[in-house]
Amino acid sequence: MRVGFFVTCLVDLMRPSIGFAALKLLEAGGADVYVPPGQTCCGQPAYNSGDRADTLALARKVVGEFEGCDYLVSPSGSCSGMIKTHYPELFADDPPMLARVQALATHTFELTDFLANVLKVERVPGQFAGTITYHDACAGLREMGVKQQPRALLAKVQGAQLLEMAECETCCGFGGTFSIKFGEISSRLADNKCQHVENSGADAVVLGDLGCMLNIEGRLRRRGNTKTKVLHVAEVLAGEG
Amino acid sequence: MQVASMHFKERAHVKLHDARLQHNLVRMKDKFVGKRRESLTELDDFEGTREAARAIRQRALDDLDVWLELFERNATERGARVLFAQTPAEINKLVLDIAARHGVRKIIKSKSMVSEESALDHAVEGAGIAVVETDLGEYILQINDYEPPSHIIGPALHKSMEEVAELFHQKHGTVKKVDIEELCLEARGVLREHYLTADMGISGGNFFVAETGSVVLVTNEGNATLTTTLPKVHIAISGIEKIVPTLEDVATLMRLLPRSATGQSISNYVDILTGPKGPGEFHGVEHMYFIVVDSGRTEVLASDVKEALRCIRCGACMNHCPVYQNIGGHSYGWVYPGPIGSILTPMYVGLENALDLPQASTLCNQCGVVCPVKIPLPDLLRKLREKEFSEDLRPWHERTAVRLWAWFARRPGLYGFASRIGVRLLRSLAGPDGMIHKLPLGAGWTSGRDMPAPAGRTFRELYARHKTQGDPPK
Repeated sequence: MRVGFFVTCLVDLMRPSIGFAALKLLEAGGADVYVPPGQTCCGQPAYNSGDRADTLALARKVVGEFEGCDYLVSPSGSCSGMIKTHYPELFADDPPMLARVQALATHTFELTDFLANVLKVERVPGQFAGTITYHDACAGLREMGVKQQPRALLAKVQGAQLLEMAECETCCGFGGTFSIKFGEISSRLADNKCQHVENSGADAVVLGDLGCMLNIEGRLRRRGNTKTKVLHVAEVLAGEG
Repeated sequence: MQVASMHFKERAHVKLHDARLQHNLVRMKDKFVGKRRESLTELDDFEGTREAARAIRQRALDDLDVWLELFERNATERGARVLFAQTPAEINKLVLDIAARHGVRKIIKSKSMVSEESALDHAVEGAGIAVVETDLGEYILQINDYEPPSHIIGPALHKSMEEVAELFHQKHGTVKKVDIEELCLEARGVLREHYLTADMGISGGNFFVAETGSVVLVTNEGNATLTTTLPKVHIAISGIEKIVPTLEDVATLMRLLPRSATGQSISNYVDILTGPKGPGEFHGVEHMYFIVVDSGRTEVLASDVKEALRCIRCGACMNHCPVYQNIGGHSYGWVYPGPIGSILTPMYVGLENALDLPQASTLCNQCGVVCPVKIPLPDLLRKLREKEFSEDLRPWHERTAVRLWAWFARRPGLYGFASRIGVRLLRSLAGPDGMIHKLPLGAGWTSGRDMPAPAGRTFRELYARHKTQGDPPK
């Protein structure tokens, strides 16, 4: 089983450890992982900014890089959601390309969904002494149907105890470029999220999208909270957190 | 209504720091979200019903001209007159003409958002005719010097009970009341007099039914029933898109409308009004008019955001929108706030007058998930963003930043080189806590948050080294 790993631009730039944690999990689950060396970005920032020409160019690039693989897996609901649900819409008027895109989209997975439902992993190497609360990042939840998968996997992490926070499905306010264009509104949404995280009393907030992690961690620290950890689900599962 | 959507950011800033509003918004959110969720459990097949509702609304839009003609024919046969308004100004002119024809000196109104589009009350008052809003929320706003509505089903939801009590005390010159029931009684006392003395009633229209030529009104206070039956003239004003083919269609839509809006299984009142009073009939008006409004709707129908016209005005998208929940409806600057407003406002008043609205969403899709007629709101917002981008309506630095970034992302070698430098530079900006407190060109981020610093090495460079030299991954 050849699994193409799409690391995402944010993980590549900001927190490579998430990428290596995901690789460790995939390989432990029996996948033969291939990392296309020229990968950059799925094009979502251009897409959500209304720049269709650049989005199309980047989508073609991704399709070309991954279509030899049996699966495309990514440690992000947002980027995998872009490929799975939005790429087909982009090429609706281009039947030959659409066929290629759909073939890829069908085999595109968010990491925890892939681990739980395709690799069906029974054991995870991670250990975590403490309580965690899980934030359902928007695209993972509402585009990719990621809800129980990370929770089921986290339940296998030795020592970890899950405490659900209030409004775990409410957006943290990141929204890509929204976080810069409407910084004040975005910060308020992040602040609400931080309040729920803190109210849960958990030692760590765990989630599956780095954009949201940067937003939540950035707001927690600005609020003066230096103790709540903000971890990617891959880091916790792999024991790298 | 005057458009203030270009001041979205400034208005949102003010609202974010309005402690009383923030308190009211939290209360509103908890009520709407919880009640909707609870009431939907009564439906055996929510998704199936939702799909049926989508199909009904889409069918109406696909052959809108046919249904409109059928509506006109059936309504006319039942003795009503059907008039079409192309523009907001035409709505007001038609109303004033009808008022003149029947010697109207006082009008009572139940809620009509379309009449907000044309600022009908101001036009009527300007012509020397008295007008009284009878929807409690609209009445509160009217006596508060025509404060704009902040929500499409609860126009005064931004106000607390205490604020309304103070307003009534001031405007009515009565003893200040301390509970909602007393306030309602006071408003009822004031309004009852107007019902009995008004010459004409104006209502909105939740649906126009093509097969019967009827208007359907969905309300909770009973004011619409009085408004449309006690005076001798009734005008129902609504958009061309509010057509549904049959009464059975209405029945399906009504399974979702009150539940999505207020979490009620059914609203307190549902009026289906068909033509004026016939010979020998006791109830009803003597003259019934429909004003069917275009005012930008055919342009929406011809655009790639046409699905927005399926909207049945339940307000669920705004009730569930994290942005709306935190800034309230006034920030959006026109009649329709929230996600649906961020699509309709640019379409009705001009994209150049509402540039921020399509951008003012995290695209979290909570709106799309709750919409009872499955309008893909984030996709439509994105369509408008594409229009802004292709028509050069966004600031140049924003467009340049996207294009420049994409230019690099298409060139993996250059991208890899530039990103290796970039992450090292950013890393050097971090404090001892690993946080960047002030981001160059990123004040929007760091004014309210820190930015966790990058690790300082990219995944791609670490992975390449791991592959060739067997370095342990970091």
